[in-house]
Amino acid sequence: MNVRKAHAGRIVLLTLVAILVAVPLYIALVAASHSPRDLLGQFPLLPGHQLGHNFASALVKGLPGAPPVWLMLGNSLLMALGIAIGKLVISILSAYAVVYFRFPLRMTAFWLIFMTLMLPVEVRFFPTYQVTAGLHLLNSYGGLILPLIASATATFLFRQFFLTLPRELVDAARIDGAGPLRFFFDTALPLSRTNIAALFVLEFVYGWNQFLWPLLTTTHQRYATIVMGIQGMITASQSFALPQWNLIMATAILALTPPVLVVVLMQRWFIKGLTETEK
Amino acid sequence: MRSNDSSPFPQRWLPYLLLAPQLVITLVFFVWPTYDALSGAFYQSSPFGLGTHFAGLANFTALFTDPNYLHAFGVTALYAVATTLASMGLGLLLAVLTEGLLRGHTLFRTLFIWPYAVAPAIAGALWMFMFAPQVGPGTRLLIALGIHWNYTLHGHQAMLLVIALTAWQQIAYNFLFFTAGLQGIPASLLEAAALDGSGPIRRFWDVTFPLLAPTTFFLLVMNTLYVFFDTFGVIQIVTQGGPANATTTLVYKLYEDGFQNLNLGSAAAQSIILMTLVGLLTVFQFRYLDRKVHYQ
Repeated sequence: MNVRKAHAGRIVLLTLVAILVAVPLYIALVAASHSPRDLLGQFPLLPGHQLGHNFASALVKGLPGAPPVWLMLGNSLLMALGIAIGKLVISILSAYAVVYFRFPLRMTAFWLIFMTLMLPVEVRFFPTYQVTAGLHLLNSYGGLILPLIASATATFLFRQFFLTLPRELVDAARIDGAGPLRFFFDTALPLSRTNIAALFVLEFVYGWNQFLWPLLTTTHQRYATIVMGIQGMITASQSFALPQWNLIMATAILALTPPVLVVVLMQRWFIKGLTETEK
Repeated sequence: MRSNDSSPFPQRWLPYLLLAPQLVITLVFFVWPTYDALSGAFYQSSPFGLGTHFAGLANFTALFTDPNYLHAFGVTALYAVATTLASMGLGLLLAVLTEGLLRGHTLFRTLFIWPYAVAPAIAGALWMFMFAPQVGPGTRLLIALGIHWNYTLHGHQAMLLVIALTAWQQIAYNFLFFTAGLQGIPASLLEAAALDGSGPIRRFWDVTFPLLAPTTFFLLVMNTLYVFFDTFGVIQIVTQGGPANATTTLVYKLYEDGFQNLNLGSAAAQSIILMTLVGLLTVFQFRYLDRKVHYQ
């Protein structure tokens, strides 16, 4: 009886915390579903009827001085997919090279890649910006993606995974006459499926949520991403007689939905990816 | 590395070809900029913009005697410590409470992890609206409670706001790792302690908590790294470092000095200092992870 009571108490407490955690999102939803005038007086407790209207208006028109949200969502999607896929491809190839071949400078190459772990874009953004500008990559998708796609974490994880595959697999493949590329596509790649899925979730969220890098390297609105664009919208909304918080909150919801959906729908792989980066 | 060190495949050029994309990116976007920063940190622009001259350690000594830079250090440290303590404490509490549930793990896990996926800048926008001066619903609540809330005027309120919203995001991450850590604790140990007659709280402090020490240490480093380097978006959206530099973190200061004041020598020196900091934290993390691997 006592145990059951304690258990019920636990569920009540956890539910309360879950509600508290969701408050910022709920308030954004309420704001996004009203007209700007409704938000001036007493703050409404329930969602209004303008959600669709505000979403459509933000998506198609945006705010004067800021690009329409559909364009920024598209750019974010390109950037996130480019970064996630780019990181996976170059990391799996280099991990494969380091594990399955012996060649001069092998460990030098590995440590060079590993070093990038200590250089997140936030600490090297200033010199990296100068290099990117020198290569004429400002205001381009290449400039948004390439400087962020080297990944020590992904290389390290794929290396760890390849090291756990039994040597007999390679020997058997070689007896069958398979070369390194056949072995890669027929054996190593299919066996890495789960790792690839986990890392994809992590890197997609990383790419989608970038703020500083797109802010620095894109001055042309054509290349604006949604996460950096929200700042422009906040600034633009100051020029209105009524602050357009409804449109800004609608945009914020549109900006957070894709990565949250990816994490929630793929949480099994995502958790595997997160807890394995620990090793 | 493998104990059997003979090469599985004999090709001589293929490995270089496979490594090439990653190496080219690393050389162009990591090594070259780092070299630029290293050399730039020892130069200063001459007055009137007539080129640069070698300045030795002048950029570094200037930073460490600049009260604004030291202030940014203090701000970043306070921000990191407060956020880390709050989010790790709450993350652990939620993990322990969820772990003891008979059912509903997945539901609660989903309800607690989603803020992880929200971009710091977007989280900033949500919280900025909640606590916007005058109009924000949170602001109205605080004013009704008799608190003079205006984070654009009061530095400590601005700090509190960025700490609260960063902790809100980081609870998700800490919750996940503590959950993973709890699942790694052998049930037999806890049962043995229960048979010895210790209550749930004793069991937590005597058995569970010491076994979570590895996870706790790892999270300490990860949270510090996160607050130091991943919160630029939060600061830029919510406070722009203000009021009166109350929320100017090290990365934000680097952005201001490099991109707004165009003080290139100082920006390069600041980059070097930050790289050293990340380097130290990363080494800590790995030394410690090495030890953990030996335990298993």
